Amino acid sequence: MPVIKVENLSKIFGKKVKEAQSLLDQGYLKEDILEKTGCTVGVNRASFEVEEGEVFVIMGLSGSGKSTLVRLLNRLIEPTEGNVEIDGENLATMDKNSLRSVRREKMSMVFQKFALFPFRSVLENAEFGLEIQGINKEERSEKASEALDLVGLGSFSEQLPSQLSGGMQQRVGLARALANDPEVLLMDEAFSALDPLIRKDMQDELLDLQEKMQKTIIFITHDLDEALRIGDRIALMKDGSIVQIGSPEEILINPANDYVEKFVEDVDRSKVLTAEKIMKRPETVDIDKHGPRVALERIREQGLSSIFVTDRSRNLQGYVNADDVSAARKEGKSDLRDILQTDVPKVEKDTSIQEIFDLIHDSPVPVAVVEEGKLRGIIVRGAVIAALANGNGVTEDVE
Amino acid sequence: MLNSLDLPKVPMSEGVEKAVDWIKETFAWIFEPIKENVPDFLDWFASLLTSVPPLIMILVIAVLAFFLTGKKIGLTVFTVIGLLFIQNQGLWEPLCYTFTLVLFASLISVIVGVPVGILMSKSNWAQNIITPILDFMQTMPAFVYLIPAVAFFSIGMVPGIFASFIFATPPVVRFTNLGIRQVSTELVEAADAFGTTGIQKLLKVELPMAKATIMAGINQTVMLSLSMVVIASMIGAKGLGRDVLSALQNADVGPGFVAGTAIVVLAILIDRFTQLVNKNA
Ligand SMILES: Nc1ncnc2c1ncn2[C@@H]1O[C@H](COP(=O)(O)OP(=O)(O)O)[C@@H](O)[C@H]1O
Ligand SMILES: [Mg+2]
Repeated sequence: MPVIKVENLSKIFGKKVKEAQSLLDQGYLKEDILEKTGCTVGVNRASFEVEEGEVFVIMGLSGSGKSTLVRLLNRLIEPTEGNVEIDGENLATMDKNSLRSVRREKMSMVFQKFALFPFRSVLENAEFGLEIQGINKEERSEKASEALDLVGLGSFSEQLPSQLSGGMQQRVGLARALANDPEVLLMDEAFSALDPLIRKDMQDELLDLQEKMQKTIIFITHDLDEALRIGDRIALMKDGSIVQIGSPEEILINPANDYVEKFVEDVDRSKVLTAEKIMKRPETVDIDKHGPRVALERIREQGLSSIFVTDRSRNLQGYVNADDVSAARKEGKSDLRDILQTDVPKVEKDTSIQEIFDLIHDSPVPVAVVEEGKLRGIIVRGAVIAALANGNGVTEDVE
Repeated sequence: MLNSLDLPKVPMSEGVEKAVDWIKETFAWIFEPIKENVPDFLDWFASLLTSVPPLIMILVIAVLAFFLTGKKIGLTVFTVIGLLFIQNQGLWEPLCYTFTLVLFASLISVIVGVPVGILMSKSNWAQNIITPILDFMQTMPAFVYLIPAVAFFSIGMVPGIFASFIFATPPVVRFTNLGIRQVSTELVEAADAFGTTGIQKLLKVELPMAKATIMAGINQTVMLSLSMVVIASMIGAKGLGRDVLSALQNADVGPGFVAGTAIVVLAILIDRFTQLVNKNA
């Protein structure tokens, strides 16, 4: 059974709601309806289901109705029509008290601008939801501290939010939402206010947390990159309507209509594709075992101009040039260390093609893809160019 | 003639008089006990203040100023010199009466004004009704309130407090309304999203967020009620206003100026102290 089931959910802002609805039925567009009735179509008959433990991303341009939709899910905005079921209960029709219990026990929200209470300490912020439920001081500070530890802010309990950086403030926002131990997390552009690097950290952290917690997460974003990184499934919105729902691959490969296609095209492919997608299995020699003889053999076999050198546990040491190797061989040297070059361009698995392109441009050797110092793959110039050209990863037999 | 419509004069003043009479009689059960007991209480309170030796009082206030300002010397020095001056001019007792008047007038204004402001912030309907009433209360010349005040409460400090209440309450109402309406939608949404009741939202989010604004309103209310002091003396309220008034009646420039200066000193002290309390609270 889905945790959340949304059926025909609509929100029309304005006075002449009935009129706007009937125009909508007749197939009029959002702009026409605004012109004719002064009403804004916030969300237009959205239907979808979210399974337990799923990260469901709602994506769309600004003004497409994402914030309205997520606020209909916990009824911060009253729906004009339609149903929102959580665990089989219809939120849209329930009375104030039941709604309050659902908000207290089942769903928590994380806000774009953090929405922390500035006069409360970090711990008191994290305690807020529990305090509202009337849970005693001891228990709530224990649970809130656990939540803060989870997001790595355990030692900041006594600080005020204003003393923390943006990324840390949003961790407090996340801890405040998690302290309640809700089934569902609603995150409205939770990372959009953060600068790109911090944002990526937060995405990673959310994914790590999600691995542990297995919450059901509704994540709003206007950024396809973010959607692709985080989402198990993605719903794309336009003018209040959901135009496609699918896995990240489906959305990328099979855009449902022109709008989705445009959206996908708009995203610079070079940002979506990462090192991991275009790297190849590396040809290497082991610095502890092999000397110039083996190196030269492999270089010749593969027709290379250089070869990467690792140690026994695949930690990248550098590379050796074909010319140096054959010279060393002639002089009868036995150790590759004498001719080892260490200025290797290195990237991580999730480095974007854009960055790799800049690196590889003036590098004599392929770029090494490393993970905690270990060589995982190499990227040759041709692969980067091919990927940029047609947008497909040339994923070969990578170990 | 185009100079006037030839209509009989609308009997507005008669109507108001009737209304005041009606209120006076109908609510006599409220007014009478107030008239009986409150003046005694106010006198008792003021004499309590007077009974403390002035120098000790000045010392206590100066020490308070010193620590509330975070050990800055400016306000402390001003407190000592200002109050010593008042004492030196023989105005200590009127000062205590004036302070009593201002204290209780503002207290009542705040006790009534904050809840009304909250009501206004929660309902546009209430806001639309109350705003013009506040405008009216503030723009009507303050003297006018003295007349019904005397009708209800006879003469003395009590009608002074009543008149001051009407004149000085609007700022605290307005600022409370404003402060709560200014709380950002995201914070209100956050409160709602975590399942607060209306009261929880008010106490745990809205009032704390609006605190600084409300305190600014309280500060204004206190200053306005101080400004009523001179006016209230016209209906027999004791205090510095009476000294100003008698100086006015006798065209005594000197004593008038001295009493006026004492009011200014008190005004500055009250203003700074309410601001300090706001900052430290
Ligand atoms: N309270 C409101 N009153 C009127 N129109 C609104 C209101 N909230 C949002 N809208 C309109 O609804 C549409 C969707 O807005 P929103 O859900 O905030 O979009 P998004 O979060 O995708 O940027 C927009 O056209 C917006 O102007
Ligand atoms: Mg939004």
